[in-house]
Amino acid sequence: MTTAVAKKVSVATSPSLEISRETALHWLEQMMLIRRFEEAAEYAYTQKKVGGFLHLYIGEESIAVGAVAAMHPDDDIFTHYRDHGWVLARGVDPKPAMAELYGKATGLVKGKGGSMHFASVKHHMWGGYAIVGGHIPLAAGMAFSHQYLKRDRIAFCVMGEGATNIGMFHEALNMAALWKLPVVFLIENNMFGMGTAVDRASAVANIYEKASAYRMPATRIDGNDIELVYTTIQEYVNRARSGEGPQMVEAMTYRFKGHSMGDPQRYRTKEEVENRRPDDPLNRWEKKLIERGWADDALIKETFTRVDKQVAEAVQFAEDSPFPDPSELYTDILVEE
Amino acid sequence: MADMIQVTYRDALKEAMREAMKRDENVVIMGEEVGVWGGTYAVTRGLYDEFGGRRVIDTPIAEMGIIGVATGAAMGGMKPIAEIMTINFALVAMDQIINNTAKIHSMFGGTMRAPVVIRTAAGWGQLAATHSQSFEAWFAHVPGLIVVMPSTPYDAKGLLTTAMYSQNPVVFIEHSRLYGEKGQVPQGEFRVPFGVADVKRDGKDLTIVTYSRMVHVALNAANELAKENINVEIVDLRSLRPIDWETVYNSIRKTHRALVLTEDWMTYGISAEVAARIGYETFDYLDAPVERLTQLEVPLPYASNLEKLSFPDEAKVMQQVKAMLA
Ligand SMILES: Cc1ncc(C[n+]2csc(CCOP(=O)(O)OP(=O)(O)O)c2C)c(N)n1
Repeated sequence: MTTAVAKKVSVATSPSLEISRETALHWLEQMMLIRRFEEAAEYAYTQKKVGGFLHLYIGEESIAVGAVAAMHPDDDIFTHYRDHGWVLARGVDPKPAMAELYGKATGLVKGKGGSMHFASVKHHMWGGYAIVGGHIPLAAGMAFSHQYLKRDRIAFCVMGEGATNIGMFHEALNMAALWKLPVVFLIENNMFGMGTAVDRASAVANIYEKASAYRMPATRIDGNDIELVYTTIQEYVNRARSGEGPQMVEAMTYRFKGHSMGDPQRYRTKEEVENRRPDDPLNRWEKKLIERGWADDALIKETFTRVDKQVAEAVQFAEDSPFPDPSELYTDILVEE
Repeated sequence: MADMIQVTYRDALKEAMREAMKRDENVVIMGEEVGVWGGTYAVTRGLYDEFGGRRVIDTPIAEMGIIGVATGAAMGGMKPIAEIMTINFALVAMDQIINNTAKIHSMFGGTMRAPVVIRTAAGWGQLAATHSQSFEAWFAHVPGLIVVMPSTPYDAKGLLTTAMYSQNPVVFIEHSRLYGEKGQVPQGEFRVPFGVADVKRDGKDLTIVTYSRMVHVALNAANELAKENINVEIVDLRSLRPIDWETVYNSIRKTHRALVLTEDWMTYGISAEVAARIGYETFDYLDAPVERLTQLEVPLPYASNLEKLSFPDEAKVMQQVKAMLA
């Protein structure tokens, strides 16, 4: 664990906050829900019910679940297109989420956005964005509004490590630091931007070190350790909220599936992927709960059963929902005035 | 003529690049996922193994940088092919393309050149509003750029070869839904010149002026219409800047009716320019107003049914042609 700035930053090396059994089980259920939701989405894709791009979050769930738990419910999240986990972690109903993947009228954004553009404003989930880096200044702008309007909210910006190589990232970081905006940048470093390994695309292998150019406190953590995600994000979010300016956390993780559907994955071996399996954040959390005596196999099975039912209902809802009416083509283009 | 072989649009493009790379050490390819992955649409597959990472260069996700670096390298005497994964991401690089690449030669009084080839893909397929756009008119609007948009493997290879010999910046727009399209292509180097349109089908009743994927939609519709004794001529522009106006006008002087068919939006789109010129230059020959069929003016929605409604298809073309002949 290292920090990138001269300014002293205390870094969580082990969970410092007590987590109740109830919370622990809730996180387990949320991670399971995201996992099963995406497995169902993947299946629906093979059935041609879902189209376009589908970027799965399988293997990275601990980051969204742990981070969302560490924020206030009215803190504002912006993310890239790998967004299913963030939306579900925020407590959005899986039914309209699945319906969005099906391109149905009952979807989160009326079937107009699909997988890459999940959003739910009432959950302070401002959406998934598909142009790499494009949402980073938006999050800074949301933070600007919080600062200007003296609101007690922060903006939370999620991106992959690949996005830290694009100009928009650097422009947004500079402005955020210059104006001390209440924003936390979270880098999900899943080792690849599409097929390009981190060190083939970034001159700086430790992504969090990029923050130091802007004198921004930053740290790197094991993103598959949900408690560590929770405690670290809580600390960084608190700091942003208390007027200390923007913060950055780099969460190390691994993407088990291809970049999107139909990725031939020539850039890594099957063994590499298999070697990462023991690090699966969901399995790790299950094991930890059993070790602590907070769960047993029966409870885990029971939780999966509950989640499976929820996902099956979401799929059924999506199946049964109507496609958008053709007149929807011309709605929502400009705000009616 | 060299021996013809049947190849895909994808492989035709790759062959043009291979030949240029073998011929000229100064040719490099740079872009996201062009190397190890082999190109997201597999256009560069195999070139990394053949030419190595020094010449087939995986870049960071940094479109502005890619175009700027490629343009600077071209100024330094190289002949870079800069691949922008899809045309949507070219927006991130727009300042470089318009203010540098397109301007270097004229702004410095002809003392410099920036002969970079910018390859990119148009297309759609439930990719929603930011990933499904047709921006050819944005580039074709700008003096100082050459803009081509081939519809067949033959044209793809011939135009790309011309681009590789060109001393000017070329925006080379492919189409993601054409990569698997097969056709006869000469083996070895051959060129299709810029600014020369191609009559893809002879007819006498009406001219469809189009390019890229819509050429195929027009051809399918024309084949159906032929069963009803309606003979449509199809002019494939191939180059959008410069445009071969004479071929367009000559066709309309023969058929007296013109339909401009494009995948971009109508307002200020390619069809606006083409229809305006036809109306002015062939006014005395026209038996009907020039009509346009384009993508509906909506940000493309994800939902499959709405997406399908957004684009011209064979049925819409047939209906429009019949209405114009009624
Ligand atoms: C400006 C831009 N360039 C290229 C792309 C194509 N693209 C989509 S995702 C991606 C990789 C992003 O990697 P990373 O930021 O590490 O996120 P991850 O997908 O690994 O979660 C690329 C190159 C894009 N969407 N936008």
